[in-house]
Amino acid sequence: MIVMEAYAILWADLMVLKRRIGRYLTTTLISPVLYLVAFGWGLGRGISVDGASYFEFVVPGIIALTAMNSSFNGAGTRLNVDRLYFKSFDECLMAPISHLSLLLGKAMIGVVRGLISSIAFVMVALLISPAFSIGPLFLVSLLLTCLTFAFLGVLAALLARSHEDMATFGSLILLPMTFLGGTFFSVSQVPAALKLVLYALPLTHSSMCLRAAALDQSFPWGSLLAVGCFWLVFFIGCTLVLKRASV
Amino acid sequence: MHIMIKTEHLTKEYGGQKAVDDLDLQVDLGATFGFLGPNGAGKTTTIRILTTLTRPTSGRAWINGFDVVSESSEVKGEFGIVQQHLSLNRELTVRENLDLHARLHHLDRAERRERIDELLDYVDLLEYADHLIDRISGGMKRRVMIARALIHRPRLLILDEPTVGLDAQTRRRIWDLIRRMNSDGTTVFLTTHYIEEAEALCDRVGIIHQGHIISLGSPLELRRHLGLTTVELRSEGNNTEYRYFPDRTTAAKYVQTLPSSAENIVMRESNLEDVFVELTGRRVCE
Ligand SMILES: Nc1ncnc2c1ncn2[C@@H]1O[C@H](COP(=O)(O)OP(=O)(O)OP(=O)(O)O)[C@@H](O)[C@H]1O
Ligand SMILES: [Mg+2]
Repeated sequence: MIVMEAYAILWADLMVLKRRIGRYLTTTLISPVLYLVAFGWGLGRGISVDGASYFEFVVPGIIALTAMNSSFNGAGTRLNVDRLYFKSFDECLMAPISHLSLLLGKAMIGVVRGLISSIAFVMVALLISPAFSIGPLFLVSLLLTCLTFAFLGVLAALLARSHEDMATFGSLILLPMTFLGGTFFSVSQVPAALKLVLYALPLTHSSMCLRAAALDQSFPWGSLLAVGCFWLVFFIGCTLVLKRASV
Repeated sequence: MHIMIKTEHLTKEYGGQKAVDDLDLQVDLGATFGFLGPNGAGKTTTIRILTTLTRPTSGRAWINGFDVVSESSEVKGEFGIVQQHLSLNRELTVRENLDLHARLHHLDRAERRERIDELLDYVDLLEYADHLIDRISGGMKRRVMIARALIHRPRLLILDEPTVGLDAQTRRRIWDLIRRMNSDGTTVFLTTHYIEEAEALCDRVGIIHQGHIISLGSPLELRRHLGLTTVELRSEGNNTEYRYFPDRTTAAKYVQTLPSSAENIVMRESNLEDVFVELTGRRVCE
Protein backbone atom coordinates (compact mmCIF):
# COMPACT_ATOMS: atom_id res chain seq x y z
CA MET A 1 0.00 0.00 0.00
CA ILE A 2 2.66 2.47 1.08
CA VAL A 3 4.83 1.38 -1.83
CA MET A 4 2.02 1.94 -4.32
CA GLU A 5 1.15 5.33 -2.88
CA ALA A 6 4.75 6.49 -2.76
CA TYR A 7 5.25 5.25 -6.30
CA ALA A 8 2.27 7.28 -7.50
CA ILE A 9 4.01 10.41 -6.29
CA LEU A 10 7.39 9.35 -7.63
CA TRP A 11 5.78 8.50 -10.96
CA ALA A 12 4.73 12.11 -11.55
CA ASP A 13 8.22 13.38 -10.84
CA LEU A 14 9.72 10.68 -13.06
CA MET A 15 7.53 11.86 -15.95
CA VAL A 16 8.95 15.34 -15.51
CA LEU A 17 12.51 13.99 -15.37
CA LYS A 18 11.98 11.77 -18.41
CA ARG A 19 11.03 14.78 -20.48
CA ARG A 20 14.35 16.46 -19.82
CA ILE A 21 16.77 13.66 -19.11
CA GLY A 22 19.31 14.79 -21.71
CA ARG A 23 19.50 18.29 -20.34
CA TYR A 24 19.59 16.93 -16.83
CA LEU A 25 22.58 14.67 -17.47
CA THR A 26 24.56 17.46 -19.05
CA THR A 27 23.94 20.05 -16.38
CA THR A 28 24.38 17.64 -13.51
CA LEU A 29 27.84 16.63 -14.73
CA ILE A 30 29.16 20.15 -15.14
CA SER A 31 30.09 20.94 -11.57
CA PRO A 32 31.62 17.57 -10.57
CA VAL A 33 33.70 17.52 -13.73
CA LEU A 34 34.87 21.07 -13.03
CA TYR A 35 35.84 20.06 -9.50
CA LEU A 36 37.65 17.07 -10.92
CA VAL A 37 39.62 19.17 -13.38
CA ALA A 38 40.42 21.96 -10.93
CA PHE A 39 41.28 19.90 -7.88
CA GLY A 40 42.13 16.47 -9.26
CA TRP A 41 44.32 17.49 -12.14
CA GLY A 42 45.12 21.10 -11.48
CA LEU A 43 45.83 21.45 -7.81
CA GLY A 44 46.44 17.88 -6.81
CA ARG A 45 48.97 16.72 -9.41
CA GLY A 46 51.85 15.00 -7.64
CA ILE A 47 50.28 15.16 -4.18
CA SER A 48 49.31 12.01 -2.37
CA VAL A 49 46.91 11.71 0.56
CA ASP A 50 46.59 8.77 2.96
CA GLY A 51 48.63 6.58 0.61
CA ALA A 52 46.57 7.25 -2.54
CA SER A 53 47.19 9.72 -5.34
CA TYR A 54 45.21 12.91 -4.88
CA PHE A 55 43.16 12.11 -7.96
CA GLU A 56 42.12 8.76 -6.50
CA PHE A 57 41.49 10.47 -3.20
CA VAL A 58 39.30 13.24 -4.51
CA VAL A 59 37.04 11.29 -6.88
CA PRO A 60 35.02 9.47 -4.17
CA GLY A 61 34.69 12.80 -2.36
CA ILE A 62 33.25 14.41 -5.47
CA ILE A 63 30.89 11.44 -5.83
CA ALA A 64 29.62 12.05 -2.31
CA LEU A 65 29.29 15.74 -3.11
CA THR A 66 27.38 15.05 -6.31
CA ALA A 67 25.08 12.63 -4.52
CA MET A 68 24.44 15.23 -1.83
CA ASN A 69 23.66 18.11 -4.17
CA SER A 70 21.58 16.14 -6.65
CA SER A 71 19.53 14.37 -4.00
CA PHE A 72 18.96 17.51 -1.97
CA ASN A 73 17.96 19.61 -4.96
CA GLY A 74 16.21 16.75 -6.71
CA ALA A 75 13.83 16.27 -3.80
CA GLY A 76 13.89 19.75 -2.29
CA THR A 77 13.55 21.93 -5.34
CA ARG A 78 10.81 19.75 -6.82
CA LEU A 79 8.82 19.81 -3.63
CA ASN A 80 9.39 23.53 -3.19
CA VAL A 81 8.03 24.19 -6.68
CA ASP A 82 5.07 21.85 -6.14
CA ARG A 83 4.25 23.40 -2.82
CA LEU A 84 4.76 27.12 -3.36
CA TYR A 85 4.60 27.63 -7.11
CA PHE A 86 2.30 25.01 -8.63
CA LYS A 87 0.38 24.53 -5.34
CA SER A 88 -0.11 20.95 -6.44
CA PHE A 89 1.28 19.64 -3.15
CA ASP A 90 -2.03 20.61 -1.54
CA GLU A 91 -3.68 18.09 -3.83
CA CYS A 92 -1.41 15.37 -2.48
CA LEU A 93 -2.22 16.45 1.08
CA MET A 94 -5.94 16.12 0.32
CA ALA A 95 -5.55 12.68 -1.24
CA PRO A 96 -6.36 9.64 0.90
CA ILE A 97 -2.75 8.54 1.38
CA SER A 98 -0.61 8.45 4.51
CA HIS A 99 1.98 11.06 5.41
CA LEU A 100 4.58 8.31 5.30
CA SER A 101 3.76 7.53 1.66
CA LEU A 102 3.78 11.20 0.85
CA LEU A 103 7.24 11.76 2.37
CA LEU A 104 8.72 8.63 0.82
CA GLY A 105 7.30 9.51 -2.58
CA LYS A 106 8.63 13.04 -2.46
CA ALA A 107 12.07 11.91 -1.25
CA MET A 108 12.35 9.14 -3.84
CA ILE A 109 12.79 11.48 -6.77
CA GLY A 110 15.81 12.92 -4.93
CA VAL A 111 17.25 9.44 -4.56
CA VAL A 112 16.68 8.71 -8.23
CA ARG A 113 18.26 11.97 -9.35
CA GLY A 114 21.13 11.54 -6.88
CA LEU A 115 21.87 8.03 -8.16
CA ILE A 116 21.69 9.07 -11.81
CA SER A 117 24.05 12.00 -11.27
CA SER A 118 26.60 10.16 -9.18
CA ILE A 119 26.62 7.08 -11.38
CA ALA A 120 27.05 9.27 -14.45
CA PHE A 121 29.99 10.93 -12.75
CA VAL A 122 31.46 7.57 -11.70
CA MET A 123 31.43 6.55 -15.37
CA VAL A 124 33.24 9.71 -16.37
CA ALA A 125 35.81 9.14 -13.60
CA LEU A 126 36.27 5.50 -14.60
CA LEU A 127 37.02 6.56 -18.15
CA ILE A 128 39.84 8.73 -16.88
CA SER A 129 41.27 6.40 -14.27
CA PRO A 130 39.86 2.91 -13.76
CA ALA A 131 41.38 2.52 -10.30
CA PHE A 132 38.15 2.27 -8.29
CA SER A 133 36.32 -0.74 -7.02
CA ILE A 134 32.57 -0.39 -7.12
CA GLY A 135 31.32 -3.09 -4.74
CA PRO A 136 28.24 -3.62 -2.60
CA LEU A 137 29.60 -1.44 0.21
CA PHE A 138 30.11 1.40 -2.22
CA LEU A 139 26.58 1.08 -3.52
CA VAL A 140 25.07 0.83 -0.06
CA SER A 141 26.96 3.94 1.02
CA LEU A 142 25.88 5.78 -2.09
CA LEU A 143 22.25 4.81 -1.65
CA LEU A 144 22.21 5.81 1.99
CA THR A 145 23.85 9.13 1.13
CA CYS A 146 21.21 9.87 -1.50
CA LEU A 147 18.41 8.88 0.85
CA THR A 148 19.73 11.05 3.66
CA PHE A 149 20.16 14.18 1.58
CA ALA A 150 16.88 13.63 -0.25
CA PHE A 151 15.11 13.73 3.11
CA LEU A 152 17.10 16.81 4.09
CA GLY A 153 15.82 18.37 0.86
CA VAL A 154 12.24 17.43 1.70
CA LEU A 155 12.68 18.85 5.19
CA ALA A 156 14.06 22.12 3.83
CA ALA A 157 11.23 22.38 1.29
CA LEU A 158 8.59 21.75 3.93
CA LEU A 159 10.08 24.45 6.13
CA ALA A 160 10.64 26.98 3.36
CA ARG A 161 8.20 29.85 3.09
CA SER A 162 9.60 31.08 -0.20
CA HIS A 163 11.93 30.09 -3.00
CA GLU A 164 14.60 32.27 -1.44
CA ASP A 165 14.48 30.22 1.73
CA MET A 166 15.61 27.23 -0.31
CA ALA A 167 18.55 29.16 -1.71
CA THR A 168 19.45 30.40 1.77
CA PHE A 169 19.35 26.86 3.07
CA GLY A 170 21.68 25.84 0.26
CA SER A 171 24.26 28.50 1.03
CA LEU A 172 24.07 28.06 4.79
CA ILE A 173 24.16 24.29 4.96
CA LEU A 174 25.17 22.71 1.68
CA LEU A 175 27.89 25.10 0.55
CA PRO A 176 29.96 24.87 3.75
CA MET A 177 29.59 21.10 3.62
CA THR A 178 30.83 21.07 0.04
CA PHE A 179 34.18 22.40 1.11
CA LEU A 180 34.41 21.02 4.63
CA GLY A 181 32.80 17.60 4.30
CA GLY A 182 36.01 15.64 3.68
CA THR A 183 35.70 16.05 -0.06
CA PHE A 184 38.92 17.79 -0.95
CA PHE A 185 41.11 17.01 2.07
CA SER A 186 41.44 14.21 4.55
CA VAL A 187 39.76 14.70 7.91
CA SER A 188 42.75 12.94 9.49
CA GLN A 189 44.94 15.94 8.61
CA VAL A 190 43.01 18.64 10.51
CA PRO A 191 43.42 19.70 14.19
CA ALA A 192 41.33 17.85 16.76
CA ALA A 193 38.91 20.72 17.47
CA LEU A 194 38.05 21.19 13.81
CA LYS A 195 37.73 17.44 13.44
CA LEU A 196 34.81 17.49 15.87
CA VAL A 197 33.05 20.07 13.74
CA LEU A 198 33.68 18.10 10.57
CA TYR A 199 32.31 14.92 12.13
CA ALA A 200 29.07 16.77 12.82
CA LEU A 201 28.50 17.06 9.05
CA PRO A 202 26.74 14.16 7.34
CA LEU A 203 28.76 14.66 4.17
CA THR A 204 32.02 13.95 6.02
CA HIS A 205 30.78 10.49 6.90
CA SER A 206 29.44 9.87 3.41
CA SER A 207 32.78 10.83 1.87
CA MET A 208 34.64 8.56 4.26
CA CYS A 209 32.41 5.58 3.50
CA LEU A 210 32.51 6.07 -0.26
CA ARG A 211 36.26 6.66 -0.26
CA ALA A 212 37.07 3.62 1.85
CA ALA A 213 34.82 1.44 -0.30
CA ALA A 214 36.19 2.77 -3.58
CA LEU A 215 39.84 2.52 -2.57
CA ASP A 216 39.50 -0.83 -0.76
CA GLN A 217 40.56 0.66 2.55
CA SER A 218 39.20 -0.58 5.88
CA PHE A 219 35.53 0.38 5.97
CA PRO A 220 34.38 2.95 8.56
CA TRP A 221 31.23 1.22 9.83
CA GLY A 222 30.76 3.92 12.44
CA SER A 223 30.46 6.52 9.70
CA LEU A 224 27.88 4.44 7.84
CA LEU A 225 25.91 4.27 11.07
CA ALA A 226 26.31 8.04 11.48
CA VAL A 227 24.83 8.66 8.01
CA GLY A 228 21.96 6.35 8.98
CA CYS A 229 21.38 8.41 12.13
CA PHE A 230 21.35 11.63 10.15
CA TRP A 231 18.75 10.07 7.86
CA LEU A 232 16.62 9.10 10.85
CA VAL A 233 16.80 12.62 12.27
CA PHE A 234 15.82 14.20 8.95
CA PHE A 235 13.02 11.70 8.51
CA ILE A 236 11.58 12.38 11.96
CA GLY A 237 11.95 16.10 11.29
CA CYS A 238 9.90 15.75 8.08
CA THR A 239 7.18 13.81 9.87
CA LEU A 240 6.86 16.43 12.59
CA VAL A 241 6.85 19.37 10.20
CA LEU A 242 4.22 17.74 8.01
CA LYS A 243 2.03 17.08 11.02
CA ARG A 244 2.38 20.68 12.14
CA ALA A 245 1.80 22.00 8.59
CA SER A 246 -1.97 21.52 8.67
CA VAL A 247 -2.58 24.03 11.45
CA MET B 1 -32.71 13.61 5.25
CA HIS B 2 -29.11 12.67 4.66
CA ILE B 3 -26.59 15.42 5.46
CA MET B 4 -23.44 15.86 3.37
CA ILE B 5 -21.74 18.80 5.10
CA LYS B 6 -22.32 19.97 8.63
CA THR B 7 -20.43 22.46 10.76
CA GLU B 8 -21.03 23.44 14.36
CA HIS B 9 -19.56 26.60 15.91
CA LEU B 10 -16.74 26.32 13.42
CA THR B 11 -14.07 28.92 14.17
CA LYS B 12 -10.66 29.62 12.72
CA GLU B 13 -8.38 32.31 14.08
CA TYR B 14 -5.26 33.65 12.46
CA GLY B 15 -3.25 35.54 15.06
CA GLY B 16 -6.34 36.62 17.00
CA GLN B 17 -8.25 37.57 13.81
CA LYS B 18 -11.27 35.39 13.20
CA ALA B 19 -11.37 34.28 9.56
CA VAL B 20 -14.28 31.95 10.30
CA ASP B 21 -16.42 32.83 13.30
CA ASP B 22 -18.86 30.42 14.92
CA LEU B 23 -20.11 29.09 11.60
CA ASP B 24 -23.09 26.75 11.54
CA LEU B 25 -23.88 25.19 8.23
CA GLN B 26 -25.71 22.25 6.78
CA VAL B 27 -25.75 20.99 3.22
CA ASP B 28 -28.08 18.15 2.32
CA LEU B 29 -27.22 15.26 0.07
CA GLY B 30 -27.88 16.08 -3.57
CA ALA B 31 -28.05 19.85 -3.07
CA THR B 32 -26.24 22.55 -4.98
CA PHE B 33 -25.22 24.91 -2.25
CA GLY B 34 -23.82 28.36 -2.94
CA PHE B 35 -21.52 30.00 -0.44
CA LEU B 36 -21.68 33.68 -1.18
CA GLY B 37 -19.56 36.36 0.41
CA PRO B 38 -17.33 39.36 -0.24
CA ASN B 39 -13.54 39.12 -0.43
CA GLY B 40 -12.02 37.96 2.81
CA ALA B 41 -15.34 36.71 4.21
CA GLY B 42 -13.88 33.32 5.10
CA LYS B 43 -15.08 31.14 2.22
CA THR B 44 -11.72 29.63 1.31
CA THR B 45 -10.80 29.17 4.95
CA THR B 46 -14.02 27.21 5.51
CA ILE B 47 -13.21 25.05 2.51
CA ARG B 48 -9.65 24.47 3.70
CA ILE B 49 -11.06 23.19 6.98
CA LEU B 50 -13.60 20.95 5.25
CA THR B 51 -10.88 19.51 3.02
CA THR B 52 -8.55 18.81 5.98
CA LEU B 53 -5.84 21.24 4.86
CA THR B 54 -6.37 23.49 7.88
CA ARG B 55 -7.40 22.59 11.38
CA PRO B 56 -10.17 24.62 13.03
CA THR B 57 -9.33 26.63 16.14
CA SER B 58 -12.58 25.40 17.67
CA GLY B 59 -15.89 23.90 16.65
CA ARG B 60 -16.41 20.84 14.49
CA ALA B 61 -17.18 19.88 10.93
CA TRP B 62 -18.31 16.67 9.28
CA ILE B 63 -18.41 15.46 5.72
CA ASN B 64 -20.83 12.64 5.11
CA GLY B 65 -20.76 11.98 8.84
CA PHE B 66 -16.96 11.84 9.14
CA ASP B 67 -15.23 14.34 11.41
CA VAL B 68 -12.75 16.39 9.36
CA VAL B 69 -10.18 16.38 12.15
CA SER B 70 -10.37 12.97 13.77
CA GLU B 71 -11.46 11.00 10.69
CA SER B 72 -9.51 12.90 8.06
CA SER B 73 -8.53 9.80 6.08
CA GLU B 74 -12.17 8.85 5.55
CA VAL B 75 -13.05 12.45 4.72
CA LYS B 76 -10.37 12.59 2.03
CA GLY B 77 -12.13 9.91 0.01
CA GLU B 78 -15.49 11.68 0.07
CA PHE B 79 -14.85 14.92 -1.76
CA GLY B 80 -13.35 16.23 -4.94
CA ILE B 81 -12.13 19.80 -4.98
CA VAL B 82 -11.45 22.56 -7.45
CA GLN B 83 -9.37 25.11 -5.59
CA GLN B 84 -9.58 28.86 -6.06
CA HIS B 85 -6.06 29.08 -7.47
CA LEU B 86 -4.60 26.80 -10.11
CA SER B 87 -3.14 23.72 -8.52
CA LEU B 88 -2.01 21.69 -11.50
CA ASN B 89 1.50 20.42 -12.05
CA ARG B 90 2.45 22.61 -14.99
CA GLU B 91 5.30 20.39 -16.10
CA LEU B 92 2.95 17.48 -16.68
CA THR B 93 0.42 16.98 -19.45
CA VAL B 94 -3.33 17.13 -18.97
CA ARG B 95 -3.55 13.34 -18.95
CA GLU B 96 -0.63 12.95 -16.54
CA ASN B 97 -2.20 15.35 -14.08
CA LEU B 98 -5.37 13.29 -14.09
CA ASP B 99 -3.42 10.06 -13.94
CA LEU B 100 -1.51 11.20 -10.85
CA HIS B 101 -4.74 12.07 -9.09
CA ALA B 102 -6.29 8.73 -10.04
CA ARG B 103 -3.24 6.90 -8.71
CA LEU B 104 -3.41 8.82 -5.46
CA HIS B 105 -7.00 7.65 -5.17
CA HIS B 106 -6.00 4.03 -5.72
CA LEU B 107 -7.66 3.46 -9.09
CA ASP B 108 -6.18 0.53 -10.97
CA ARG B 109 -4.71 0.84 -14.43
CA ALA B 110 -7.78 -0.15 -16.45
CA GLU B 111 -10.04 2.01 -14.35
CA ARG B 112 -7.68 4.94 -14.68
CA ARG B 113 -7.57 4.80 -18.43
CA GLU B 114 -11.32 4.48 -18.74
CA ARG B 115 -12.09 7.22 -16.27
CA ILE B 116 -9.58 9.69 -17.71
CA ASP B 117 -10.90 9.29 -21.25
CA GLU B 118 -14.46 9.51 -20.03
CA LEU B 119 -13.80 12.72 -18.10
CA LEU B 120 -11.68 14.36 -20.76
CA ASP B 121 -14.59 13.77 -23.05
CA TYR B 122 -16.99 15.14 -20.43
CA VAL B 123 -15.06 18.42 -20.18
CA ASP B 124 -14.34 18.44 -23.91
CA LEU B 125 -10.58 18.20 -23.70
CA LEU B 126 -9.83 14.86 -25.34
CA GLU B 127 -7.78 16.43 -28.09
CA TYR B 128 -5.67 18.30 -25.55
CA ALA B 129 -4.91 15.21 -23.47
CA ASP B 130 -1.21 15.23 -24.27
CA HIS B 131 -0.62 18.96 -24.06
CA LEU B 132 1.46 20.34 -21.23
CA ILE B 133 -0.61 22.39 -18.77
CA ASP B 134 1.48 25.45 -19.57
CA ARG B 135 0.33 25.28 -23.18
CA ILE B 136 -3.44 25.41 -22.66
CA SER B 137 -5.72 28.34 -21.89
CA GLY B 138 -7.04 29.38 -18.49
CA GLY B 139 -10.53 28.07 -19.18
CA MET B 140 -9.11 24.71 -20.19
CA LYS B 141 -7.02 24.57 -17.02
CA ARG B 142 -10.19 25.10 -14.97
CA ARG B 143 -11.86 22.28 -16.85
CA VAL B 144 -8.86 20.03 -16.22
CA MET B 145 -9.20 20.82 -12.53
CA ILE B 146 -12.89 19.94 -12.63
CA ALA B 147 -12.15 16.67 -14.42
CA ARG B 148 -9.45 15.89 -11.90
CA ALA B 149 -11.80 16.53 -8.98
CA LEU B 150 -14.26 14.02 -10.43
CA ILE B 151 -11.94 11.13 -11.25
CA HIS B 152 -12.54 9.14 -8.10
CA ARG B 153 -16.33 9.65 -8.32
CA PRO B 154 -16.64 11.73 -5.15
CA ARG B 155 -20.08 12.18 -3.68
CA LEU B 156 -19.32 15.79 -2.88
CA LEU B 157 -17.78 18.28 -5.26
CA ILE B 158 -16.36 21.44 -3.74
CA LEU B 159 -15.66 24.35 -6.08
CA ASP B 160 -13.94 27.51 -4.84
CA GLU B 161 -14.83 30.25 -7.31
CA PRO B 162 -14.82 27.94 -10.30
CA THR B 163 -15.37 30.59 -12.95
CA VAL B 164 -13.22 33.48 -11.80
CA GLY B 165 -11.42 35.15 -14.67
CA LEU B 166 -13.17 33.16 -17.40
CA ASP B 167 -15.02 34.53 -20.42
CA ALA B 168 -18.81 34.34 -20.64
CA GLN B 169 -18.90 31.30 -22.93
CA THR B 170 -16.52 29.28 -20.81
CA ARG B 171 -18.38 30.30 -17.72
CA ARG B 172 -21.69 29.00 -19.10
CA ARG B 173 -20.01 25.83 -20.20
CA ILE B 174 -18.78 25.26 -16.68
CA TRP B 175 -22.22 26.02 -15.31
CA ASP B 176 -23.65 23.35 -17.57
CA LEU B 177 -21.02 20.93 -16.34
CA ILE B 178 -21.89 21.67 -12.74
CA ARG B 179 -25.60 21.18 -13.42
CA ARG B 180 -24.88 17.92 -15.15
CA MET B 181 -22.82 16.62 -12.26
CA ASN B 182 -25.52 17.59 -9.84
CA SER B 183 -28.17 15.78 -11.82
CA ASP B 184 -25.86 12.75 -11.83
CA GLY B 185 -26.26 12.76 -8.05
CA THR B 186 -23.20 14.67 -6.88
CA THR B 187 -23.69 17.16 -4.06
CA VAL B 188 -22.16 20.48 -5.06
CA PHE B 189 -20.75 23.10 -2.71
CA LEU B 190 -19.52 26.18 -4.48
CA THR B 191 -18.30 29.58 -3.46
CA THR B 192 -18.65 32.57 -5.67
CA HIS B 193 -18.90 36.28 -5.60
CA TYR B 194 -20.73 36.36 -8.89
CA ILE B 195 -24.30 36.69 -7.72
CA GLU B 196 -25.75 35.51 -11.01
CA GLU B 197 -23.71 32.35 -10.67
CA ALA B 198 -25.37 31.51 -7.38
CA GLU B 199 -28.75 32.42 -8.87
CA ALA B 200 -28.19 30.26 -11.92
CA LEU B 201 -26.93 27.19 -10.13
CA CYS B 202 -27.85 26.94 -6.50
CA ASP B 203 -30.95 25.65 -4.83
CA ARG B 204 -29.68 26.94 -1.51
CA VAL B 205 -27.48 29.89 -0.71
CA GLY B 206 -25.63 30.87 2.43
CA ILE B 207 -24.33 34.40 2.70
CA ILE B 208 -21.17 34.71 4.73
CA HIS B 209 -19.80 37.96 6.04
CA GLN B 210 -16.81 38.38 8.32
CA GLY B 211 -16.79 34.69 9.08
CA HIS B 212 -20.50 34.51 9.99
CA ILE B 213 -23.41 33.05 8.08
CA ILE B 214 -25.80 35.98 7.97
CA SER B 215 -28.49 34.46 5.81
CA LEU B 216 -29.44 31.03 4.61
CA GLY B 217 -32.14 29.75 2.28
CA SER B 218 -33.18 29.26 -1.34
CA PRO B 219 -32.58 32.28 -3.59
CA LEU B 220 -36.36 32.80 -3.68
CA GLU B 221 -36.64 32.64 0.11
CA LEU B 222 -33.87 35.18 0.52
CA ARG B 223 -35.44 37.52 -2.04
CA ARG B 224 -38.85 37.10 -0.46
CA HIS B 225 -37.38 37.88 2.91
CA LEU B 226 -36.00 41.14 1.58
CA GLY B 227 -39.07 41.93 -0.57
CA LEU B 228 -39.61 40.68 -4.10
CA THR B 229 -39.89 44.15 -5.62
CA THR B 230 -37.23 46.83 -5.50
CA VAL B 231 -37.72 50.53 -6.06
CA GLU B 232 -34.63 52.53 -6.95
CA LEU B 233 -34.72 56.26 -6.36
CA ARG B 234 -31.94 58.16 -8.04
CA SER B 235 -31.41 61.61 -6.61
CA GLU B 236 -29.53 64.59 -8.03
CA GLY B 237 -26.14 63.65 -6.66
CA ASN B 238 -26.54 60.33 -8.47
CA ASN B 239 -26.90 58.55 -5.17
CA THR B 240 -29.30 55.70 -5.44
CA GLU B 241 -31.63 54.74 -2.64
CA TYR B 242 -33.20 51.31 -2.57
CA ARG B 243 -36.57 50.38 -1.07
CA TYR B 244 -37.92 46.85 -0.92
CA PHE B 245 -41.54 45.74 -1.09
CA PRO B 246 -43.28 42.36 -0.88
CA ASP B 247 -44.96 42.79 -4.30
CA ARG B 248 -45.50 45.18 -7.19
CA THR B 249 -48.80 46.53 -5.88
CA THR B 250 -47.34 47.77 -2.61
CA ALA B 251 -44.35 49.10 -4.46
CA ALA B 252 -46.57 50.96 -6.92
CA LYS B 253 -48.58 52.45 -4.07
CA TYR B 254 -45.38 53.73 -2.55
CA VAL B 255 -44.21 55.23 -5.81
CA GLN B 256 -47.49 57.14 -6.08
CA THR B 257 -46.89 58.76 -2.70
CA LEU B 258 -43.65 60.25 -3.93
CA PRO B 259 -43.70 63.94 -4.89
CA SER B 260 -44.14 64.35 -8.63
CA SER B 261 -40.83 66.20 -8.69
CA ALA B 262 -39.12 62.95 -7.83
CA GLU B 263 -36.45 62.21 -10.39
CA ASN B 264 -35.50 58.86 -11.65
CA ILE B 265 -37.57 56.03 -10.30
CA VAL B 266 -37.10 52.43 -11.32
CA MET B 267 -39.30 49.61 -10.19
CA ARG B 268 -37.98 46.09 -10.78
CA GLU B 269 -37.81 42.59 -9.38
CA SER B 270 -35.38 42.15 -6.49
CA ASN B 271 -32.44 39.93 -7.12
CA LEU B 272 -29.92 38.11 -5.01
CA GLU B 273 -27.51 40.98 -5.37
CA ASP B 274 -29.96 43.26 -3.53
CA VAL B 275 -30.12 40.73 -0.74
CA PHE B 276 -26.38 40.46 -0.66
CA VAL B 277 -25.74 44.18 -0.63
CA GLU B 278 -28.39 44.84 2.02
CA LEU B 279 -26.96 42.16 4.27
CA THR B 280 -23.26 42.74 3.84
CA GLY B 281 -23.57 46.48 3.54
CA ARG B 282 -21.27 46.74 0.59
CA ARG B 283 -21.17 46.15 -3.12
CA VAL B 284 -19.48 43.02 -4.30
CA CYS B 285 -16.47 43.75 -6.36
CA GLU B 286 -16.06 42.37 -9.88
N1 LIG C 1 -2.92 31.54 6.28
C1 LIG C 1 -3.48 32.68 6.73
N2 LIG C 1 -2.85 33.44 7.63
C2 LIG C 1 -3.40 34.57 8.10
N3 LIG C 1 -4.58 35.05 7.71
C3 LIG C 1 -5.28 34.35 6.80
C4 LIG C 1 -4.76 33.14 6.26
N4 LIG C 1 -5.67 32.65 5.38
C5 LIG C 1 -6.69 33.53 5.37
N5 LIG C 1 -6.46 34.55 6.21
C6 LIG C 1 -7.39 35.67 6.47
O1 LIG C 1 -8.66 35.15 6.73
C7 LIG C 1 -9.68 35.94 6.15
C8 LIG C 1 -10.58 35.09 5.29
O2 LIG C 1 -9.87 34.68 4.14
P1 LIG C 1 -10.47 33.71 3.04
O3 LIG C 1 -9.40 33.41 2.08
O4 LIG C 1 -11.14 32.57 3.71
O5 LIG C 1 -11.57 34.65 2.37
P2 LIG C 1 -12.47 34.37 1.07
O6 LIG C 1 -13.87 34.51 1.51
O7 LIG C 1 -12.09 33.09 0.43
O8 LIG C 1 -12.09 35.60 0.16
P3 LIG C 1 -11.95 35.68 -1.44
O9 LIG C 1 -13.32 35.93 -1.96
O10 LIG C 1 -11.09 36.88 -1.64
O11 LIG C 1 -11.35 34.43 -1.91
C9 LIG C 1 -8.98 37.06 5.39
O12 LIG C 1 -9.03 38.22 6.19
C10 LIG C 1 -7.56 36.56 5.25
O13 LIG C 1 -6.68 37.64 5.29
MG1 LIG D 1 -11.36 32.56 -1.37
